[in-house]
Amino acid sequence: MQRVLTVRAGVTKPLPSFRICRAGVNERVHDFCSRKIIGQSRLNALYQAIRMVDLTTLEGCDTAGKIRQLCAKARTPLSDPIIREQFPLKNIPALPAVAAVCVYPEWVACAKKALEGSSVKVASVATGFPAGQVNRSIRQEDTRQALDAGADEIDMVINRGAFLSGDYQKVYDEIAEIRELCGEQVRLKVILETGEIGDAENIRLASWLAMEAGADFIKTSTGKIPAASSMSVSLHMLYGIREFFRSNGRKIGMKPAGGIRSAKEAIHYLTMLLETLGEEWLHPDYFRFGASTLLNDLLREVMILSAGTDPYPGFFSVE
Amino acid sequence: MHSVPDKQTAEVGPHIGTHKPGNLKQALAVSSKDLFRNPYDAAPDTMKIDISTRQQMLIGGNFRPPGEETYLATYNPATEELLSQIPLAGERDIDDAVMAAQRSYKKAWSGIKPGKRGEFLFRVARLLQERAREFAVLASMDEGKAIRESRDTDLPLAAAHFFYYAGWADKLEYLPGFRSPRPLGVCAQLIPWNSALLMAAWKLAPALAAGNTVVLKPSESSSLTVLRLGELIREAGLPDGVVNIITGDDSTGSNLVRHPGIQHIAFSGSRATGRELAAICGTSGQRLSLKLRGSSVHIVFRDADPDQAIEALVRALCLSQGYIYCSGSRLLIEEAFAEEFTERLKERICQLRVGNPLDQNTELGAIHSRKQLERIRALIRTGAEEGGGLWEPEIRIPDQGWFCPPAILSSVAPGHTVYRTETAGPLLPITTFRTADEAIRKAHDSPYSLAAAVWTSHPERLHYMASELRCGVIWANSNNRFDPSAPCGAYPESGWGREGGMHGLYPYLEDGQE
Repeated sequence: MQRVLTVRAGVTKPLPSFRICRAGVNERVHDFCSRKIIGQSRLNALYQAIRMVDLTTLEGCDTAGKIRQLCAKARTPLSDPIIREQFPLKNIPALPAVAAVCVYPEWVACAKKALEGSSVKVASVATGFPAGQVNRSIRQEDTRQALDAGADEIDMVINRGAFLSGDYQKVYDEIAEIRELCGEQVRLKVILETGEIGDAENIRLASWLAMEAGADFIKTSTGKIPAASSMSVSLHMLYGIREFFRSNGRKIGMKPAGGIRSAKEAIHYLTMLLETLGEEWLHPDYFRFGASTLLNDLLREVMILSAGTDPYPGFFSVE
Repeated sequence: MHSVPDKQTAEVGPHIGTHKPGNLKQALAVSSKDLFRNPYDAAPDTMKIDISTRQQMLIGGNFRPPGEETYLATYNPATEELLSQIPLAGERDIDDAVMAAQRSYKKAWSGIKPGKRGEFLFRVARLLQERAREFAVLASMDEGKAIRESRDTDLPLAAAHFFYYAGWADKLEYLPGFRSPRPLGVCAQLIPWNSALLMAAWKLAPALAAGNTVVLKPSESSSLTVLRLGELIREAGLPDGVVNIITGDDSTGSNLVRHPGIQHIAFSGSRATGRELAAICGTSGQRLSLKLRGSSVHIVFRDADPDQAIEALVRALCLSQGYIYCSGSRLLIEEAFAEEFTERLKERICQLRVGNPLDQNTELGAIHSRKQLERIRALIRTGAEEGGGLWEPEIRIPDQGWFCPPAILSSVAPGHTVYRTETAGPLLPITTFRTADEAIRKAHDSPYSLAAAVWTSHPERLHYMASELRCGVIWANSNNRFDPSAPCGAYPESGWGREGGMHGLYPYLEDGQE
């Protein structure tokens, strides 16, 4: 088995070993879930969460129309006139736009056009998403297509086949190559697909490989297999990010994806982030939710908290 | 572990229907500068508890005032306000309680079918679960402990003990070592102030399951939950006099244990009292089980998961404000890892939320009495003067109430006072070691040895430590995990006998065919 990683020509690093107490991590997660976030704290958390959403559509049935509608939602999650019409007497501050929309490379140009003039970024999955079982040239070509179409962010998948067969060098090299393609300007998120790579040690090792190879973000899952993001998996990764920051001084972002549907869960995640990495990470540059249905639940809770009432069914648009 | 039913309903739910319009005093607003920050907005448990200004004692199935009409004041440690007055039991009251217990032992409890005894205990457990939130809030008001702890640890565990021993009631003859197990008679049980309800459950459940009757005396500073447990026991329909609860100070306790009608004494508390009791029982022939001071250790090797070891240490510091005797009052850390670990620990402690025990985000509550607070402060001063390397975090604590922010003594030597005595507060002395054998020697270098938590990711080392350490409980990469089925006990000066599990029944039984 490989024990040393070649990071550049002639420069090697030993693979780290990790000290992990899994039961303790699960207990810690329970701690975060039992926090009681109410009042102003809750509202602030909800606003933060909206700003951190990567609104995602990665379906075989995606069309230009669907992408345009999703982009409209990303720009304006809830239109002001509608809010004012419904709650004329309440002073509800404007809602922020989400962080990004996440689409297949094919739809990057379309999304880019629909989001023109807004702060919303366009993220594209790449490198043979979701399985990643394609050769190097196709991985790169896939990425290049997304970049040429103007993607601001690339969500790549790691080569789980190589990882599980112990070829960590290959995993590392493939990430490093994509990093080089992306250059300085484009943000690179690396999807570990934790449901496939297995236990806590593997999650930490894959996180480390991605961060060493130049990832800006590490991301839990593709959302395409049943075992999606969980609090425990994310906490293992947050610990990885913290260790990396302690030794390298570089702040890596975190993106749990798949399976986060309620505002309550999102607040649990933010509590975990805040108490593990601190306030500095509480920013869309360092934390994202990969989700499609979460946004409406966040909006609903904002309305409940700031207007004091639950809007009627159908108040929020469904794309 | 059994769930606390109130937990879900207490949650301010995001779901449709749980929210009542108009219950927000003012609309909340947010600007882009507002960040989600720790500490969070206060989220106190809002349950109102009726506490009568004068408590009464449970004697012979009735609640009644003390014969001599003398009372002791009991305070809310977080606000320093008077909570209630508890009776100071005189000799007459003690006598009445013991007599009632004797009568009920002879007439009701010993003649009852064992399965029926189990039924009563099941009922107590169920009622405790149903009224968990009420008891949790009361415990936090009375003892100053964080509601998270009383709600998520104490109450579920207390109920679990009644459930567990209820199951034993009709199976005693299958206990190994007994041919014909028989109850002893009247048990006097003296419990300490920390986690009073849980301590009461630990002692009551096995004694009752075995067929004894009980006179219980809680500590003067935390009698309220135990008296309420008395109400609950009455509600569960236990025959009059099976459980009697008298309150008072140390003199009440010492009068109770000297009563000739007592067959068994169970005591948790100070070493001096424990020794005194041992002397009394040595001549009177009464049976005795003791749970005394503890100086439990955390042993952290350099290959331990630092984050989880730190979490466990922080939990130990917070649990009953550091006063749980097995929660780890000394940290032994491998020298090569000491500096880094201590730095991380400090970082974590700075995040602690100290304050209102009823706030559901509070991690560290208030110290139960002013006297204890002063004792801890004095101990911290002594530790600093002896060169322990005192570090205290900058944490906001409320102006009012008996609060003590956590403290670390980062270079404590085995000769220092804090190393040799029970710390009993949110204070952590840190001592380094070099090898596993030195860690074991240092763990044993104390008159008290109740529990140890070993932190390492090396399984072979865990096995070695577990086989060499002489402690009542040894936790591997965890701490303070309790389960009614697991016995927990002590070594020499920390006490006699085991509580919990099958072993917890032995002190309350004798063999009829010996």
